[in-house]
Amino acid sequence: MAGKTLYDKLWETHVVREEPDGSTLLYIDRHLVHEVTSPQAFEGLRLAGREPWRGDSVLAVPDHNVPTTNRDAGIEDPVSRTQVETLESNVSGFGLKFFPMADVRQGIVHVIGPEQGATLPGMTVVCGDSHTSTHGALGALAFGIGTSEVEHVLATQCLWQKKTKAMQIRVEGELRPGVTAKDIVLAIIGRIGTAGGTGYAIEFAGSAIRSLSIEGRMSICNMSIEAGARAGMVAVDEKTIEYVRNKPQAPTGEMFERAAEYWRTLVSDPDAEFDAVVELDAAEIAPQVSWGTSPEMVAPVDGRVPDPAAESDAVRAEGMQRALEYMDLQPGTPITEIRPDKVFIGSCTNSRIEDLRAAAEVVKGRRKADNIKLAMVVPGSGLVKQQAEQEGLDRIFLDAGFEWREPGCSMCLAMNADRLEPGERCASTSNRNFEGRQGQGGRTHLVSPALAAAAAVAGHFIEPSKLGG
Amino acid sequence: MQAFTVHKGIVAPLDRSNVDTDAIIPKQYLKSVKRTGFGPNAFDDWRYLDPGEPGMDHSQRRPNPDFVLNRPPYDQATILLARKNFGCGSSREHAVWALTDFGFRAVIAPSFADIFFSNSCKNGLLPVVLAEDEVQNLFEQVEANPGAQVEVNLEEMTVTAPDATVFRFTLDEDRRHRLLHGLDDIALTLQHADDIRAYEERLRQDRPWMVE
Ligand code: SF4
Repeated sequence: MAGKTLYDKLWETHVVREEPDGSTLLYIDRHLVHEVTSPQAFEGLRLAGREPWRGDSVLAVPDHNVPTTNRDAGIEDPVSRTQVETLESNVSGFGLKFFPMADVRQGIVHVIGPEQGATLPGMTVVCGDSHTSTHGALGALAFGIGTSEVEHVLATQCLWQKKTKAMQIRVEGELRPGVTAKDIVLAIIGRIGTAGGTGYAIEFAGSAIRSLSIEGRMSICNMSIEAGARAGMVAVDEKTIEYVRNKPQAPTGEMFERAAEYWRTLVSDPDAEFDAVVELDAAEIAPQVSWGTSPEMVAPVDGRVPDPAAESDAVRAEGMQRALEYMDLQPGTPITEIRPDKVFIGSCTNSRIEDLRAAAEVVKGRRKADNIKLAMVVPGSGLVKQQAEQEGLDRIFLDAGFEWREPGCSMCLAMNADRLEPGERCASTSNRNFEGRQGQGGRTHLVSPALAAAAAVAGHFIEPSKLGG
Repeated sequence: MQAFTVHKGIVAPLDRSNVDTDAIIPKQYLKSVKRTGFGPNAFDDWRYLDPGEPGMDHSQRRPNPDFVLNRPPYDQATILLARKNFGCGSSREHAVWALTDFGFRAVIAPSFADIFFSNSCKNGLLPVVLAEDEVQNLFEQVEANPGAQVEVNLEEMTVTAPDATVFRFTLDEDRRHRLLHGLDDIALTLQHADDIRAYEERLRQDRPWMVE
């Protein structure tokens, strides 16, 4: 019999009950909650007279709506304010763990979970947010759920699920200098498409993935959902265990060692079989820039905007044509000739300390180009911000004419005041380039932090190593 | 949840693939703490020519005459027909609430994003997967006969096209059962409370660091 995949192991240890048709009641260890997808779930709970099953499994934080500028005055937009206040009253009503806006531990839910040790290897982690896949980087089974499921997990600590197929994406070999985790994941989506992973749990493997830091692995797992997969994961190794050690909510002392011993088993067996395997050569991956309105529409930074006329599939060609019109781009244009108006460094994909360091390294001693109306850096959490300030990164950005903001989702989805105006073009380290995502009529180009920083300095897309001065 | 057994209605052809949840319900409307009232803002960016904000009187805005749901008889549609990977993007259940609030009871497409699919099933909006050529066939029939009705039957798991062709689809038994009877998921799960407690007992033994 073939060995087990990491997904098999995570699944099997969480089965509470299995019905003959395969529907499985799966136990949930960690439930992360934010203000946008939870109000209706808490309301449902209350209307039915139910209590949270295991309140200590919940960690709640406001992130989507919070302002990234001075917070002393609170939230200006009354509708956003109501939503954040609703979260506050729900968590206090049910006695749940919560980091309010003024707490230094507040930040994007997917940044603070690992940072706090609230997400650990071997856990099932859910959140009413599709980028919950991020936490899979720790060797956890983590996936996004809808609001009805949020209510279900609150009430029962479980979810009905069916086991999906398992896909392995292997990235082998050495990355070229300047190529980052973000480029890997954009290249993967470019290859398999935004529905390529639908119906699968993806395990990212191979020497290039193992060579990444845990933060880099998070950037990759984060965008599993853009590849259509609800969950992405990476096997546990010593880096994982060192990452978790000393995190505030992680076990300590002997208990930590006992846990670590178990965590080391969270790898796919060598003879495990996957339902699909995709292989990429790391050396062939170039820094990526998205040119269209779907994350699969990517090109290497030294490439060109593709021509729909060269696409044989008619439905695809039409999608490309529509994307080019929305993005106001001509086929054949070199990517390096595209000039953004704004630059956004942040989001649960790329707002951790390493991301800010990578961007700061490019920016250091340089200045933002004149055509860039706004370049903003939004750290993923208050603790990331604090760390960056201790390292002097804030000075580097400020000296270069960037704005240094408070933590939150910000212009990743523009639910707060940070947004693109119609027609504006943005180099963004976030994860979605859908129409209107960063503001109605806004045009998003997804890139790594280093490329976003380089674009801010040059005023157009460029490989950081090619920057003068 | 509203039960789904058989539904017959007008089909609106939305000829796009990868329709994402940001398009179905733009983020400014996610600030609502309610489950209802999203209908006027379904496909907001495509549906209106002027930008919308929560709290506006949307009936006073300028509709985009080219958008399918603004063109009679499709403004009365209760079944949505689309291309592959419908509902991709975020987990927002608001996308489903917007479609049901508009009046949709079913969406037919060659494939759906996973989270959208399960969100739909939990709200009585039936996601129907048909083969790509069957979807193409429906597009052609509907576009040739605007206002033509299609019947979606969950008991039989069939779609009957305007020309009486019958297409078959499948849905897993568990979801089908819950939809047919409009069952409350949580109440059903709580019937297994003893299993959940037994699991937690084992968890405290085997992996005590997971339970604080
Ligand atoms: S940063 Fe963006 S993608 Fe991540 S949770 Fe916030 S809104 Fe969602």
